[in-house]
Amino acid sequence: MSAPTMERREFLKFSLAASGGLLIGLYVPGGSKEAMAGEQAASGFMPNAFVRIGTDERITVIVNHSEMGQGVYTSLPMLLAEELDADWSKIGYEPAPVDARYNHPVFGMQITGGSTSVASGFDQYRKAGAAARAMLVAEAAQRWNLDPTALRTESGSVLDGSNRRLTYGQLAEAAAKITPPTEAKLKDPKTFKLVGKPEKRLDTPLKVNGKAIFGIDIKERGMLTAVLARGPVFGAKMKSFDDSRARAMPGVRKIVGVPTGVAVIADTFWQAKMARDAVRVDWDEGAMSSFDTADLIQQYRETAKSPGKSVRRDGDPDAELAKAEKKIEAVYEVPYLPHAMMEPLNCAIDLRADSCEIWTGTQFQTVDRASAAQVAGLPPEKVQIHTTLLGGGFGRRANPHSDFVIEATHVAKAAGAAVKVVWTREDDMQGGYYRPAFVHAIAGSVDADGNAASWRSRLVGQSIMAGTMFEEVMGMKQKGYDPASVEGADDLPYEIPNLAIESHQGEAGVPVQWWRSVGHSHTGFATECFIDELAALAKKDPYEFRRGLLKKHPRHLGVLELAAQKAGWGKPLPNGRARGIAVHFAFESYNAQVAEVSVTDGKVRVHRIVSALDCGRYVNPNILAAQLEGGAIFAASAALYQELTFENGRLQQTNFHSFPMVRMNDCPEIETHLIESQEKSTGAGEPGVPCTAPAIANAIFAATGKRVRKLPIRMPEAV
Amino acid sequence: MISFSVNKRPVNIDVDPSTPLLWVLRDNLELTGTKYGCGVAQCGACTVHLDGEAVRSCVAPVSRAAGKEVTTIEGLSSDVSHPLQLAWIAEDVPQCGYCQSGQIMSAAVLLREKPRPTDEDIDDAMTGNICRCGTYPRIRKAIHRAAGTIAKGGAK
Repeated sequence: MSAPTMERREFLKFSLAASGGLLIGLYVPGGSKEAMAGEQAASGFMPNAFVRIGTDERITVIVNHSEMGQGVYTSLPMLLAEELDADWSKIGYEPAPVDARYNHPVFGMQITGGSTSVASGFDQYRKAGAAARAMLVAEAAQRWNLDPTALRTESGSVLDGSNRRLTYGQLAEAAAKITPPTEAKLKDPKTFKLVGKPEKRLDTPLKVNGKAIFGIDIKERGMLTAVLARGPVFGAKMKSFDDSRARAMPGVRKIVGVPTGVAVIADTFWQAKMARDAVRVDWDEGAMSSFDTADLIQQYRETAKSPGKSVRRDGDPDAELAKAEKKIEAVYEVPYLPHAMMEPLNCAIDLRADSCEIWTGTQFQTVDRASAAQVAGLPPEKVQIHTTLLGGGFGRRANPHSDFVIEATHVAKAAGAAVKVVWTREDDMQGGYYRPAFVHAIAGSVDADGNAASWRSRLVGQSIMAGTMFEEVMGMKQKGYDPASVEGADDLPYEIPNLAIESHQGEAGVPVQWWRSVGHSHTGFATECFIDELAALAKKDPYEFRRGLLKKHPRHLGVLELAAQKAGWGKPLPNGRARGIAVHFAFESYNAQVAEVSVTDGKVRVHRIVSALDCGRYVNPNILAAQLEGGAIFAASAALYQELTFENGRLQQTNFHSFPMVRMNDCPEIETHLIESQEKSTGAGEPGVPCTAPAIANAIFAATGKRVRKLPIRMPEAV
Repeated sequence: MISFSVNKRPVNIDVDPSTPLLWVLRDNLELTGTKYGCGVAQCGACTVHLDGEAVRSCVAPVSRAAGKEVTTIEGLSSDVSHPLQLAWIAEDVPQCGYCQSGQIMSAAVLLREKPRPTDEDIDDAMTGNICRCGTYPRIRKAIHRAAGTIAKGGAK
């Protein structure tokens, strides 16, 4: 059984050495085998940081965003290949190392988040492709002694007027001597051949044969595995631990205290895990040992009775509400939620006296590197991060506190050997950084003609940005509230003359973080449910009511009408079924969804979801469809099943039996539609999430007459 | 010493017999295509075949494999030519890809037992496999596609 073992070890070792540590899980187009980095780097040229052109015609695009399923290893190469006029079948990809050249052009750091990869990479990757093309053309022009303007490019070759042809591979070595252009002309988007096409993902072959390498799969020679015993409640401090039993267990190399708990370091995961379970730790649990989510929500509901920090104020909603005859008040609640990526957190690290290598599926390379460097006592440039594939991210792997990387660096310092820290599913689910629980208290009214007259929304929940480097960037201090807490509520598009949005910052010691669609994950639910309640109060069709209030928002209207039309809004349905609708703007994109549900004996069944997206000019409709399908399913899981609850500081959910999600047998049919647009390309990973819960909740109202104001949805059995 | 075979190669391994097969595959044999997702047979990411039956290797002690044939995703085909792998590529199923080894191994047993599965058969066979990215609709399509391929005598 030594052959596969050697293959993998040698591959990793070789590819890492040969590439200076760049590559893991390379994909060779047209085949299923990994590329040897040595072959790939054999000869050729690198016109800029984003592309390498081989004499073997192979073109490697260096991707500065992490691949967590959203398709950046395909969509960003498409943008580059478009301008390069490359042969798409020759394109491969490679994760970028940590380097300022790969910084996010907007955030100024290497980060994957905010549904911005394609939006921010759109011109960046086009320019890189266009610059490379110009150099290849210049080299061909020199060889043929022709003016570059007399030449054209197609499918990986430069051609002259008589169709003489030089391939990029033939030009590659000499083109390296050409001075890169300061600015290369970009194509008129009307002439795009590749961008806009439903190309297949480049990373699929490796994901169907077990060869894709995720962080948890990293095993450098001699690398040990660590599993940690962490505190039972957030903020707990370790007093002492007894490892007498654990130390005697097979494979155990070392047991050490680190700031987050006790690290058990062993030869294999199972040995480390069994020994971890045998360590007894005495904790000072601190204030959080009495924390209950039921109390917190009650407290939030009380808080929402008083005015909060004003975020937006149009007209005088308080006066309007006081005098209104037709008014309604509703309180919406959403729970804490973990990201629950299928690949639990992990971080592999080889820390030596003067350097450090880290292999992990991170969304936040710049901050992770700086954090690891600080703990290791090394300058950041001595720390390399190899970004592996991410077995899901959803925001969790962009931790502004670098929690899983800092912890692993502490473990590595103590281990004295290369070590991979692996979190069990329970560790991952209970390890913090959740979507914060929120309460929205909304009051609104309609006038005698059934027009929306007022809306006053008070939001209460923990700030994600507080205590992070984003606090300043987001201008929290000046504003007096966290913009991420109210996003999607403060820009309510409906034409309502009297409107107030107020924010209360909830205080609780629960670590919180962005979770796919961030603030929109709760503001979309509350606002789109409440507009539905206002429509009912006005005795109007919820779709027509929204249309009437969105006259100045053509792109909202565009997706709303497309989703309604494709879903057959207003057309008869089989007995017991009903539709609900929602529209929301998030991450610069517009999404509308129509959900079709039935409720039987208290059990909600979502039969179908139609999702329409306007993300400007789209790059790959196949990947976008997948993001909309996945976004709706991710959101349906949260709407129907998911919550984290605390009792005495302890989480009641530990694994997938207590934290269920949509599976094959209850997965709705999902139909997706894209708006054709020439507008700027915008996000897709997150915008497909916010509408799902309110569309389902509104459909339940249509089916049963019962309003859903709390997630996850719990129907009385009688319904 | 426990002896069994993995992807048609003989294995003799000296580990605690209660060690889950998953961790023997991943840590001792370095076949990392089989994934850890939950450790309690709730997600199916660790699905492998034991004498042709789909088992959750995270809760199957390695002793259960003694004298048997284990097939992992790496052994399904040597060249991405299994009808399910081709169908997965044709439907562009994976997103993050982490759960897909387990999905494919579950689907392979389904197709062997029911070469023309109905949607209900797919529900029954695949509901034990979680996909957090939400690729279920494409998995369903890919299984139907592979079944069609098999029925037509295409691929192997």
